[in-house]
Amino acid sequence: MNTLPLASFTGAFEFIFAPQDSNVTGGNQVGGFEKSLELVLKHLEVSVIALAIALIVALPLGLYLGHRGRGELFAIGIGTAGRAIPELAVIALVAVLIGVGLKTVAPALAILGIAPILVNTYVGVRQVDPAAVEAARGMGMSELDIMRKVELPLAIPTVMGGVRGAAIVIVATATIAPLAGVETLGDFIINRNVYGENGLLAGAILVALLALAIEGSLALLQRRLTSDGLKLKTV
Amino acid sequence: MRTDKTRWRALLAALAAMALALGIVACGSDSSSTSSESSEEGGSSASAIKSNPENGKVSLTIGSKNFPEQEILGEIYAQALTAAGYKVKSALNLGSETVALKAVKTGQISGYPEYASTALTSFFGLEPEEVPSDANEAWEKANQEFEKEGLQAFEPTPFASANAVGTTTATAKKYGLKTISDLEGVSEKLSLYGSPECRQRIDCLAGLEKLYGLKFKSFTPVDIGLRYTVLEKGQADLSILFTTDPQLSAEKDKFVILEDDKEVFPAGNVIFVTKKAVAEEAGPDYEKTILQVQEGLDLKVVQELDARVELEKETPKQAATAYLESAGYIE
Amino acid sequence: MASPLLLAAAGEVGGDFFRERSSGTLPCQAQSSHLFCWDWAKENIDRYGTPTVQHLEIVLLSVVIGFVFAFALALFAHRRRQLQPPLLAATGILYTIPSIAFFFLLLPITGFGRDTAIIVLAAYTLQIIYRNTILGLANVPASVKDAARGMGLTNRQILWQVELPLAIPEIIAGLRVAVVSTIAIATLVVFINAGGLGTQIYGSGNLTFPTSIVIAMAIVMGMALLFDLVLLTVQRLTTPWRRARQA
Repeated sequence: MNTLPLASFTGAFEFIFAPQDSNVTGGNQVGGFEKSLELVLKHLEVSVIALAIALIVALPLGLYLGHRGRGELFAIGIGTAGRAIPELAVIALVAVLIGVGLKTVAPALAILGIAPILVNTYVGVRQVDPAAVEAARGMGMSELDIMRKVELPLAIPTVMGGVRGAAIVIVATATIAPLAGVETLGDFIINRNVYGENGLLAGAILVALLALAIEGSLALLQRRLTSDGLKLKTV
Repeated sequence: MRTDKTRWRALLAALAAMALALGIVACGSDSSSTSSESSEEGGSSASAIKSNPENGKVSLTIGSKNFPEQEILGEIYAQALTAAGYKVKSALNLGSETVALKAVKTGQISGYPEYASTALTSFFGLEPEEVPSDANEAWEKANQEFEKEGLQAFEPTPFASANAVGTTTATAKKYGLKTISDLEGVSEKLSLYGSPECRQRIDCLAGLEKLYGLKFKSFTPVDIGLRYTVLEKGQADLSILFTTDPQLSAEKDKFVILEDDKEVFPAGNVIFVTKKAVAEEAGPDYEKTILQVQEGLDLKVVQELDARVELEKETPKQAATAYLESAGYIE
Repeated sequence: MASPLLLAAAGEVGGDFFRERSSGTLPCQAQSSHLFCWDWAKENIDRYGTPTVQHLEIVLLSVVIGFVFAFALALFAHRRRQLQPPLLAATGILYTIPSIAFFFLLLPITGFGRDTAIIVLAAYTLQIIYRNTILGLANVPASVKDAARGMGLTNRQILWQVELPLAIPEIIAGLRVAVVSTIAIATLVVFINAGGLGTQIYGSGNLTFPTSIVIAMAIVMGMALLFDLVLLTVQRLTTPWRRARQA
């Protein structure tokens, strides 16, 4: 692997766009734009599904706990524990104990995303100005309405921070999903014997770009959702 | 009231603690590359490996591909060469054959065990039917090709291994499957699971499609290590297995392989691939030790070794040592 | 199919080399549906020693290196307001790139092995440590700084004797997150042949061996928790007058 780095990168870009001859016999070609696109979409697919599951589970729970002011230790503990879970172990355990394929991998990825969303939602809601909540209560809003219309919007920056953190972990773990039978961009990387070094580098580049694109979109979404009053405060 | 000095001390203490932990860990650990265990030389058995002090000047790195059988072989060779007095490092679990071959060519490793059939089909582009079924013929053919690139392959092991299409006994019964040809007309309903490179390989899915004319309902790439798990979990109807797999004898009531009647999956004996220059520099004991120590590797022994690692979860190192000691190569 | 050369001095394994096996009598560890095999674990626990040590080495090196860089960066950007957003963005980009991709992006330059692992893991810690240092410094009340200035301290003295000490709890909070995350992510360095506990999850035969995966996972999470608690204690010790802020 002593070629000039630049040469390697051009080889990788070629791989993304045009099919190359495979290292392995059979005369089949690998790579190319269609395949790259297919894997990008598959990677997105499993990531989006996992993120959705994580949101559905963690967002309401974090809202509720934050609103009631209960379970601080639990939420913070989950945060640290979630950060400490090695993703490789989760994928491996799911593959051997439950099964391979999208149906088992997506929930596994979701588990990894629950912690950041839960913690950040909890913290975000707790940091909402109590005066605002009191005012809303005084106006006769139901508790549910308070959570939805007062606390959540005010907590958006922190909540979105959690969502973005979850997205990072999910997209990153989706890269090793091929071990559990879900063909994502990680395929180029993990199964480099098929795709060769160019494929390997191409996979790495595509994953990096995809992750940055998703992060960028979520950042834009955050800006959209953040009410103007809050924008002044955001770090 | 804490002064800022105390706070500084606290931070420095935290960092120092981590640095200290780092130091302790660094001093107490072995080097990060695994080195083979050294063993005593001489002994009562005539086939014991003798240590030659001349060899101590030579450093070798033994590599292997990325599944247990390969790692066991790598360990066997590495430990044997250590017993012969060489300085040996092991770099097992490199990847598939293309990665391993590259490692030999670039000098990252001295050599690794390859299957003659894989070499002929993957490296030299032979069609499966062109692979000689005689072990020595296959070796000679491969060696000819290797020599063109400055490489060399040592003579073959007694045992051979091949890919195989396997399934559960229940599925085989249900569709009346004994040979791969029996899959005609049935395979469209069945899902096939194999290693990722299987799709492109002529001695795998590509060969099944081209030479048997079979079409499968789906092909799902999974890690080699999961080839039996997917059958057990009922996710795979068919899975690509190896003829030396221990599960085939230990769990013969659960799994069965279909006979390769069209001989798409050539059996390969293992030949040790190395650079000619490396072999010359290492002296005659290099080849001699490797050939000597692989003589005991017949099919039964290899299956036993595979069973110890894959079923009983021993380390390849443990299994290799057990073999070398039991056969009298090392004490 | 052996050649004459091989038949000459064939070694033979002893008769007791072979073990009896059948479907019904396979040991716990051979059955991939068993979550945890206690007996096997007790007998083979020492196999996890070297990987754990490797793992810790890599983590500690990465965190220390990352901390030094991030801290220096933060000090540099502390009084240069315009630099802060771009630096935050830059460290953020490094954090967003999935570690596996990052390992292989560096492959043409630094190759397989520990160096690549450490570079990537250190890059990962930059954002959190940089951000927390900047935040910690920014949260120092202006009144304190004014008082210090009033006492005649130079800017440099204010930084080292007033601002940083007050920022320490925040910095340690960031360090905690960095350490915990790095311990978890370091399992992935097995993919670039850098060892670590990932070898007991993905290495030979371990993929179908829940016991080994569980043990490796327990060690990783245990270490992470341990470091978190130690650093949390240090963090608490440095903030006596306000409730210790948690990450």
